[in-house]
Amino acid sequence: MSLTRQDVEKVALLARLDLSESEAEAMTSQLGQILEYIDRLSELSTDDVEPMAHAIELLNVFRDDQVRPSLDRTEALANAPHHDDECYLVPAVLGD
Amino acid sequence: MTLVEKSAAELLASLREGQLSAVEVATAFLDRIESLDGSVHAFIRVDRQSALQQAERIDERRRRGEPLGALAGLPVALKDLLCTRGEPTTCGSRMLENFRPPYDATVVRRLREADAVLIGKTNLDEFAMGGSTETSYFGPTHNPWRHGYTPGGSSGGAAACVAASMAPLSIGTDTGGSIRQPAAFCGVTGLKPTYGRVSRFGLVAFASSLDQIGPLARSAEDAALLLETIAGGDPADSTAVDRPVPPYSRLVHQPLEGLRLGVVREHLADGLHDEIAEAVHRAIDVYRSLGATVQEVSLPHSRYAVATYYVVAPSEASSNLARYDGVHYGYRTDEQALIRELEAQRKRLEAEGRHEQAEALDSPLVKMYRRTRAEGFGAEVKRRIMIGTYALSAGYYDAYYLKALKVRRLIHNDYRAAFEQVDLLIGPVTPMAAFALGEKLRDPLAMYLVDMYTAGANLAGVPGISIPCGFTADGLPIGLQLQAPPFEEQRLLRGAHMFQQATDWHLRRPVDAS
Repeated sequence: MSLTRQDVEKVALLARLDLSESEAEAMTSQLGQILEYIDRLSELSTDDVEPMAHAIELLNVFRDDQVRPSLDRTEALANAPHHDDECYLVPAVLGD
Repeated sequence: MTLVEKSAAELLASLREGQLSAVEVATAFLDRIESLDGSVHAFIRVDRQSALQQAERIDERRRRGEPLGALAGLPVALKDLLCTRGEPTTCGSRMLENFRPPYDATVVRRLREADAVLIGKTNLDEFAMGGSTETSYFGPTHNPWRHGYTPGGSSGGAAACVAASMAPLSIGTDTGGSIRQPAAFCGVTGLKPTYGRVSRFGLVAFASSLDQIGPLARSAEDAALLLETIAGGDPADSTAVDRPVPPYSRLVHQPLEGLRLGVVREHLADGLHDEIAEAVHRAIDVYRSLGATVQEVSLPHSRYAVATYYVVAPSEASSNLARYDGVHYGYRTDEQALIRELEAQRKRLEAEGRHEQAEALDSPLVKMYRRTRAEGFGAEVKRRIMIGTYALSAGYYDAYYLKALKVRRLIHNDYRAAFEQVDLLIGPVTPMAAFALGEKLRDPLAMYLVDMYTAGANLAGVPGISIPCGFTADGLPIGLQLQAPPFEEQRLLRGAHMFQQATDWHLRRPVDAS
């Protein structure tokens, strides 16, 4: 599968990245090279193989459903680039 | 032997017996950092005052006869990927340059409870993505054995600070080799525990099914001490397995009787530099002389480990790093300028009658996300986010992500079959010794291939250790890798200690770079 410049631009939008002209150019050839290497996986027949998402297959771990104190709002907001006393602030989402 | 050259075990004994105070120990290492780290750059941040205050409190409590923790007064360096409450935690990224976490990682909390002196935060590849520390926003670390050479990565600062005697112990993380590879390049001992052995709460996530925290030290004996402190279950991390932590620091001294070693055929094949192969064969002979039986074993899917890893890890990373959006914490672009720019663009397109293009422009919010991430992340992080997003996107999911998860199962099965025949696997850590800074920076694939012998352990979840086993003709360290079945860290440590009792590679130190 070869990767096109259009693919790269589409993926950049999905990934919420802005790429400059030269970055998109470099990314197209580098990702193409990496994907070509990854394509060696298609040498293997894996039809009957169960996919493995985790190294140690874990059971659900539960704890009691108790009300406990959580991070205080001031602390949670302290690292936000833009915030007021109670909320994170973002550029207007709804149209004018 | 000067104070900073002593092992952690020796320092602890001297501290306990009152021959040294915690302040004396901290001062010696801090002075060492001050004189050397301008050239090595192992640390992103050292807070001398805070380290000395921690040490003073420990000395004071010792004077009062209060009970103290297992590492009382011993300096430990932390990879700057672990959250430290109220103190900068950068992950080597512009994105988190000014981030101060509201809590400590569980490992950090356990170290504080053990009365270790947290001496500083070490340099790493950005978000642990890289094998050389060159992707760090704060500039590369130099190998203490040769300036201008990489210490390896991503835990390059963690390995370099131990190699240069700037800390007796340090904490690293390993997702595809990031503890073992720098340990090999810097001539120190580094252990990646079993997936689930150590809590990852408060470790900034890279690839959650692979990441594991582990110790770097001068010897297996010292690594055992640190692992014993940080291992164990954690209610805050459901992947941290709640099973008893063996007394590694005691067990490490027991040699393995009747040890069956498996030489990984695929790890001593094409692509391995001759000098590394020779050093590994000499190490195997050392084990033979210690009574081990040696047989060849196969991990038949080894040649697919790097390809599998570079689908699984970037896929998980693309999801984990979605949280850096300029809203909750971290860097954010100048949005006023961006909104003005978007508005001008829209007006121009409208005036030219190009209504469709005007409609297709990003909204201010999406543009804010995109530009924040474009400015906050470096090239390697962007590359991995792109690979992962592509592998997970509609139409490619089955061909890449699902395929990789299936091959991961095959790799896991290889390890299981091998451990039915032998107790430990033995082989190289890396195909070559440390390379010059800049050498592989423009060739991402060449950099990825350095993980060819280490990524399998992360995919299979098994523990691995890197111990020094020689030097190249150029005087650069060579690492030996041992791998064990899940939760057999004690076997790894005992196997490593046996070797270190019979050899002195781990005692060699670089001539000061200062």
